[in-house]
Amino acid sequence: MEGAAVRRYRAIFALTAPAYLWLALTVFLPLSAMIYFSFLTQAPIGGRAAEWTLAHYVAFFTKEVYWRNAWRSFELGLYVTALCLLFAYPAALILAKHVKGRWREALFLLVILPFWSNALVRTFSWTMVLRGEVGLLFTYWAIVIGLVHAYLPYAILTCYISLQSIDDSLIEAARSLGASPLQAFLRLTLPLSTPGILAGVILIFVPVIGSFMEPRILGGKNAIMLGPLIENQFTAVFNWPLGAALSFIILAIVLLILLAASPFLRRQLQ
Amino acid sequence: MARLIAPVLARLYLAVILVFLYLPIAVMMTMAFNTSPLYEFPFEFNLIWFKALFNNERLLSSSLNSIIIALANTLIATILGTMAALGLNRYEFRGRQLLELLLLPPITIPWLIIGVSMLIFFYWTGIGRGLHAILLGHVALSLPYVIIVVGTRLKTYGPTLEEAAATLGATPRQAFWRVTFPVLAPSIMAAALFAFAVSFDQFVISYFLAPPGISTLPVEIYTSIRKGFTPEINAISTLIILVSMGIMLLVARYYRFGGER
Repeated sequence: MEGAAVRRYRAIFALTAPAYLWLALTVFLPLSAMIYFSFLTQAPIGGRAAEWTLAHYVAFFTKEVYWRNAWRSFELGLYVTALCLLFAYPAALILAKHVKGRWREALFLLVILPFWSNALVRTFSWTMVLRGEVGLLFTYWAIVIGLVHAYLPYAILTCYISLQSIDDSLIEAARSLGASPLQAFLRLTLPLSTPGILAGVILIFVPVIGSFMEPRILGGKNAIMLGPLIENQFTAVFNWPLGAALSFIILAIVLLILLAASPFLRRQLQ
Repeated sequence: MARLIAPVLARLYLAVILVFLYLPIAVMMTMAFNTSPLYEFPFEFNLIWFKALFNNERLLSSSLNSIIIALANTLIATILGTMAALGLNRYEFRGRQLLELLLLPPITIPWLIIGVSMLIFFYWTGIGRGLHAILLGHVALSLPYVIIVVGTRLKTYGPTLEEAAATLGATPRQAFWRVTFPVLAPSIMAAALFAFAVSFDQFVISYFLAPPGISTLPVEIYTSIRKGFTPEINAISTLIILVSMGIMLLVARYYRFGGER
């Protein structure tokens, strides 16, 4: 019996260890290293001596320029998330409740296909549309349009999943008991689909506040946000500890959001 | 009256959404076939920009890098991910839920954050930047997807089939190759295609891990976009979007996004 238990644990270890060691080396250790760097005066690379400091965090909370960047990222996240859900919800509702069979499958695939295709190329393709007489390229709104385009399919997906799991007979029951279509929607469909809406909010807001490629390509000089600011610290200014501190601030916000929503998220992923 | 109008409006709304989603891609593709390098009309069909691709050494070598990394990534992530999915779904043990929870950070933390932390850690420990570092990063991003896709299939098909095989006298090895593997095959296929797409389309992480002079296709395209527009980029982008959409259509054959429909 002893041998069987040992063999069982050996099997579990052999199956899971390679994947998780890989994740440890490439995700969890690097994130820890990032946090460590954020408390240093300079990057301890090439024999340079670094000392502990809180200066980067103090700078973030006291210097107006960082606040401005952070606020603009936050604002961008709100705009993009709100617009995505506003457009996505009716589309998801139509797909889930009013389109049937093969048509639904085909339309659903058409909606989701751009989301899983190359994000860089899709962002670039907007420069073709927004340039010239349209005159929106390199504005704040170009960034918003590009990001709404990027995450709209995701919003439709999350809303659709929770909408299609609502039993139609529930709505029919409400209707036969005298509820108007609007009442049935407000009292039944909408509340029952909130997990999907919430999942959409998180899965869009989080990547948007961490985006830098879309603001850079579509926003030009208007790319004044945390994402491009962090990129700058690593590719232009070479102030890695400051970049690490700013990254950690985003990470902390992300983790707080995820923690608050983890029960809903887990249900969505299963 | 309302009964007649509502379905029409609903269809119209879906059509508008689809136009919004596909408009920029269609415009870009059209420009890739247009003669004018300044995207001017009237439209004149021409393949010069596609021909120009084959003389662009940098795009060719970065394409090759992208394909090699994507293939290596697919192989590693699919094997390690399938193993982990088996471990997580065929055994009950303490810490199993924690291990499943650990799959969330690589998916949900913005790539920018993951990318710069990899840059810091790889540089600091001497792993350095380069194609090997990019591969390390891509596998990390693909693994959670593989584990989730294969794991979903394992959850739907409980261990009963394998138990039946064992009862009938199959060794664990036979049970795996004759029963479990054929059941899993479609989801492993979907996961492998998905892993290929994740790597082939990945830009952010590659961007931070690519040293000067070496790049993947998306990094090369980003550099060209930042330098200024060239119609060749439209041509290569058209090819990329066709490849990446083609792969996802194949994935959809094996795996239903968003569960049963």
